[in-house]
Amino acid sequence: MFKWFVKWFHRMGSPPHFYRFAGSWLPWLTVVFTVLTVAGLYGGLVLAPPDYQQGESYRIIFIHVPAAWMSMFIYMVMASCGIIVLVWRMKLAEVVLICSAPIGASFTFLALVTGSLWGKPMWGTYWVWDARLTSELILLFLYLGVIGLYGAIDEKRVAGRAVAILAIVGMINIPIIHYSVEWWNSLHQGATVTKMDKPSIHWTMLVPLLLMALSFKVYFIISLFQRVRAELLHRERNSRWVEELFRS
Amino acid sequence: MKRLSLSQAFWFLLRRDLLLAFRNRSEMANPLLFFVLVITLFPLAIGAEPNLLARIAPGIIWVAALLASMLSLDGIFRSDFDDGTLEQMLLSAHPVPVLVLAKVTAHWLVTGLPLLLVAPLLAMMLGLDEDAYGILLLTILLGTPVLSLIGSIGVALTVGLRKGGIILSLLVLPLYVPVLIFSSSAIDVAASGLPATAQISMMLAFLFLALSLSPVATAAALKMSMS
Amino acid sequence: MSALLQTRDLCCVKDDRVLFEGMNLALKAGQILLVEGKNGSGKTSLLRILTGLSLPESGDVLWQGRPISEVGADYYEQVNYVGHHDGIKRDLTCLENLRLVQAMGKPLPIDLDDALEKVNLYRFGDNYVATLSAGQKRRLALARLVVTEAQLWIMDEPFTSLDKASMAMFQEMFEQHLEKGGVIVLTSHHDIEMPQSDVVRLNLSE
Repeated sequence: MFKWFVKWFHRMGSPPHFYRFAGSWLPWLTVVFTVLTVAGLYGGLVLAPPDYQQGESYRIIFIHVPAAWMSMFIYMVMASCGIIVLVWRMKLAEVVLICSAPIGASFTFLALVTGSLWGKPMWGTYWVWDARLTSELILLFLYLGVIGLYGAIDEKRVAGRAVAILAIVGMINIPIIHYSVEWWNSLHQGATVTKMDKPSIHWTMLVPLLLMALSFKVYFIISLFQRVRAELLHRERNSRWVEELFRS
Repeated sequence: MKRLSLSQAFWFLLRRDLLLAFRNRSEMANPLLFFVLVITLFPLAIGAEPNLLARIAPGIIWVAALLASMLSLDGIFRSDFDDGTLEQMLLSAHPVPVLVLAKVTAHWLVTGLPLLLVAPLLAMMLGLDEDAYGILLLTILLGTPVLSLIGSIGVALTVGLRKGGIILSLLVLPLYVPVLIFSSSAIDVAASGLPATAQISMMLAFLFLALSLSPVATAAALKMSMS
Repeated sequence: MSALLQTRDLCCVKDDRVLFEGMNLALKAGQILLVEGKNGSGKTSLLRILTGLSLPESGDVLWQGRPISEVGADYYEQVNYVGHHDGIKRDLTCLENLRLVQAMGKPLPIDLDDALEKVNLYRFGDNYVATLSAGQKRRLALARLVVTEAQLWIMDEPFTSLDKASMAMFQEMFEQHLEKGGVIVLTSHHDIEMPQSDVVRLNLSE
């Protein structure tokens, strides 16, 4: 089993193989994504009952919460890639790391925008220094740091290692930042309105929420595959497999 | 002859960096001056009402300390990178994280520690409650080394770049947030007469965490920058 | 006698361009490797890979049969690298610089004033490096070869800004090092004549 995994891991690491593999999976993933999104949105926007306190406006959580989850998840993906880059110096992990960053930043931005849109009916303003929004904002800066650093270094193999180190440092810091901000918030704001009492959420809301979370994950994979394919073509533009690909 | 022991190498490099800083002592005052200047700007911008100033003093002092520390960061490795001594340091037989720690310590002694001298003066000018002076000094003592340590990772990542400055602030400032939160809150709490033990313990924890992890990350980043 | 410094299938890629690949070198004690080639042919890259500063795209550098990443500190102790930069500090005196060099490596029991004399910098001990000429700085940079004990010398254009007399002086020093069982790798635009030594030439442009 382990042997098989190592073999699979090595094969995945080869750019031409991954290029073909990702290409063959894209159509299927798109189908799965469409089904999940339609089901999730229908469940969330139509089937789920309005909230007894917040009325219809709460429905933005079906975008906001999965986006916020994704923003954390993608950073974890990046840090894991970072470890692979530093330990095994695998080229594909570098590419996955750097291709994940803009997607993660977009999800973080989406979570921020939807969060502040939701804040308007809830708190009467678009922005409050709520703990979660604030940590999300700092997370956005961390993403932008990764993107900025990668862009600033010309030699791309070196840049890959630089962002790997940065992603790991960021990963160690994220929980610290998160809890510091939460603690800061409890100190300065008093009790803010808790957005959602997670344990007591009704299943008619929970099911569409989870569907949307899944659909966002699939979307991430689709978007990642496309970016990775493009980046691989660009990086390996002088290699034989790319030449053969475009000749045929 | 055997090579120096690890602690001898550490002290040697620390002494060398302090000597170099002393020979360029005109530059030593710059972060300090910046620290004072930024704080002077606040009363001019928001008005000199004593209650208001006293209220925001902890925050202002720490934001200014953050910026002052960040501006001085580039000096940790810049000249060594330019003249090739950094290259030789990476090729030395001693473990690089220990040498990094020596350099960061020297940098902190020169740029972080002097803030202790002017902080009480500025606190007095801003009308901070006198009970909070002790805690203010303690937060600077515990907090600024963390800033130098975290910052060294950022500098190591950007030292090879032509336009590293803005990127550096983007990398480093978000990581400074926990220090900012706990240090200014400690002063805040102390000013209202309550014990700040919780905040101070957290800052001690940050310091030990940064001491143990950041030299390793910095060394890895330096190796990356040199290749 | 087995090789001290070896490379195994070394490959170096810069900016998507293969500088060299499948490079297998073996240097025994007493041999000097002259790396030649046009600008941008990868001379400096090769030297930096040999020191361990840069990583090759693939392949290994071996010291006494073991990859240098495994040998670690014991390898660095055996290497003296003189790169494009002199690696000396302007704001320190010559003596202070040499002490620093000794602290970072494996010091030889030699009086530092004698060491300075060996590179023709006698009486400059207490002068700041900032006041030296380019050639004097280069000689001070090369003085690290005198004050530390390392078997492998790797030098990138060591003769830059040196005059004929100094060049001859250092070539003699190289020959002595080789006689004692040392290994040298260097690049140079200058013609190097070391008739008594076992010279290996490597041209990267071919």
